[in-house]
Amino acid sequence: MAPLVEARGVTRVLPLTVPVTLVEGVDLAIGPGELVAITGPSGSGKSSLLYLLGLLDSPTEGEVLIDGAPTHAMSTDQRAALRLERIGFVFQFHFLLPEFSVLGNVAIPMRRLGRLAPGDIEARAASILTRLGLGDHMHKRPDQLSGGQRQRVAVARALANDPPLILADEPTGSLDSAASEQVFEILAGIAGQAGKSVVAVTHDIDMAERMDRRVHLVDGRIVSDERRSTRSEGKEART
Amino acid sequence: MRLLLEIALTHIRGRARQTVVSVAGVTLGVGFAIGMAALMQGSQDEFVTTLIDAMPHVQITDETRTPRTQPAERIYGAVEIHGLKPRDDPRGILNPVEAMTGLRSWVPGAISAGLRVSGVARYGGTDRGVSILGIEPADELQVSKVAEDIIAGGLSDLVGGGFAAVIGDSLAERLGAGMGDSIRLSASTGVARNFKIVGLFHTGVVATDETLVYVRLKSAQVLAGRQNAVNDIRIRLGDPDAAPAVAARAEELLGLKAVSWQEANESILEAFAVRNIIMYTVVAAILVVAGFGIFNIVSIITHEKARDIAILKSIGFRERDVRIVFMAEGAVMGGLGGALGALLGAALTAYMGTIEFEFREATEVTHLPVTWNWIHYAIAASLALVTAALAGYLPARKAAQGNPVDIIRGAT
Ligand SMILES: Nc1ncnc2c1ncn2[C@@H]1O[C@H](COP(=O)(O)OP(=O)(O)O)[C@@H](O)[C@H]1O
Ligand SMILES: [Mg+2]
Repeated sequence: MAPLVEARGVTRVLPLTVPVTLVEGVDLAIGPGELVAITGPSGSGKSSLLYLLGLLDSPTEGEVLIDGAPTHAMSTDQRAALRLERIGFVFQFHFLLPEFSVLGNVAIPMRRLGRLAPGDIEARAASILTRLGLGDHMHKRPDQLSGGQRQRVAVARALANDPPLILADEPTGSLDSAASEQVFEILAGIAGQAGKSVVAVTHDIDMAERMDRRVHLVDGRIVSDERRSTRSEGKEART
Repeated sequence: MRLLLEIALTHIRGRARQTVVSVAGVTLGVGFAIGMAALMQGSQDEFVTTLIDAMPHVQITDETRTPRTQPAERIYGAVEIHGLKPRDDPRGILNPVEAMTGLRSWVPGAISAGLRVSGVARYGGTDRGVSILGIEPADELQVSKVAEDIIAGGLSDLVGGGFAAVIGDSLAERLGAGMGDSIRLSASTGVARNFKIVGLFHTGVVATDETLVYVRLKSAQVLAGRQNAVNDIRIRLGDPDAAPAVAARAEELLGLKAVSWQEANESILEAFAVRNIIMYTVVAAILVVAGFGIFNIVSIITHEKARDIAILKSIGFRERDVRIVFMAEGAVMGGLGGALGALLGAALTAYMGTIEFEFREATEVTHLPVTWNWIHYAIAASLALVTAALAGYLPARKAAQGNPVDIIRGAT
């Protein structure tokens, strides 16, 4: 089975007057069911790698494959379609649309995809939010929620179209420890579902230790890629 | 699509005050454009109607557009002839009876054959140069609106034996003659007769009221000394727009100059066309200014909502979706402005229609002429919509093209 996302020799250089190398020669394959931590010092290229894996950015060398299919020749529309269906993003800051309700924000990806009837979209958004403990806040606006709650709404939005791959860039970076724990549990729970993977950039070493796999970046290069056998074995037993 | 519109509306709501200003700009532009168009079209229509009413739609005279060919040239084809003394041709439409029968067979309208003779009117000791027009009253009344200008007697009183004339009130005044008086008309041919005044008219056109004299066709032919002669055929059509075609055909068939009212008033109609061009240019300029307002506010919104654009794109919205959002914002403002502008335009038109003018001379009350024409509304509103969509398009394109990574990075 092809990896959900794979980077082959990916290098991204910003063509500035003094060219800046964001990531260099990255080979990384994320298979189904993985919960991957990307760690590294600040400025090591963690976010840049995540944008490349999520087709928000394109490599200057090498290529990114989604479900085994190369993406470098795709049009921006095709890449957008892949993001819509196959990838869910969570950023450090929630980036919710301030004018839409919590429910409205979660409904947006589904409405854009247009596969479900309006009633079904609302029902699904409500069920995701309830699952993430936000059942009482669905009709509030984002600015009426706490930081942790907003970040959970952002996760709910990333889950809306049921994508196999969730990419999270320091999702707990701006949260207190209790809220961080909640969000982490949610992401771990997603990775526990059949065929789903979560790749999360994190500064939190404890959190990284609790994940299946830890990819460490320094200066845009992968310096270590370790799997923790226990959790992986447990998962294999489950699936 | 509904989602995109919904997003667009949330943006507009967030910028309510500026939106109101932009919409007001479009409203004023469209409203005044419509009001102005109604007034200009109204005055033009009124003028043209007056014109069409006042003059024959086609006038055929015994002139030709090129000099007459002389009989000798006609007979000796290609030969070039010099020193030929032109035959002294009694001017007039040759064979008028045949010409009239021919015309009546196909012209869709009324025809009046007349004979115009220049001459002098004399009453008491006063002489006035006049243009004597011989007509058949029954025909003439169908072709001209002279009946409306009659202030005493009538054209039909010309019929009934004896030499009778209907003259302008100014001429009567100048001569010192009145109804029932006999004036002496002498034609340039030297023939003179006494004519009894059986009617007076007042057209308001000084030249006409001072010089035109209506007599029966037969009387004019006596004065001209030419039996059956006709030199002025006037046609009134059911459809004034058909005049150029009728004139062209008549000219071809008769070989005489036939002038449609459009040709006779070409310079005036051209002036109207120029005026319309100026008007539409001004309207376009107003809308462009309104478009700048929309451009401005949509630009502001795209900057303000850069983060939202980035997140929408990361979710999987295409560039086109983002473009549509901001173009929709422009279009909504343009559409709203266009709709309100149409209302304002209608209100202005209605108001202008009630404005009254009183001229001291004519005691009647005149209204400012306005025309209600849905085309004005359609043109103004669609121009507003197009301008607005374009004004939204430019910032929308820029916003859609931006790389979301730059913005997400900047915020993180
Ligand atoms: N537009 C840019 N111009 C210059 N340098 C940049 C730009 N974007 C990113 N960088 C640099 O690239 C490196 C990698 O950035 P990033 O991927 O955000 O790292 P991380 O997420 O690991 O902190 C950093 O040193 C950052 O300063
Ligand atoms: Mg980062």
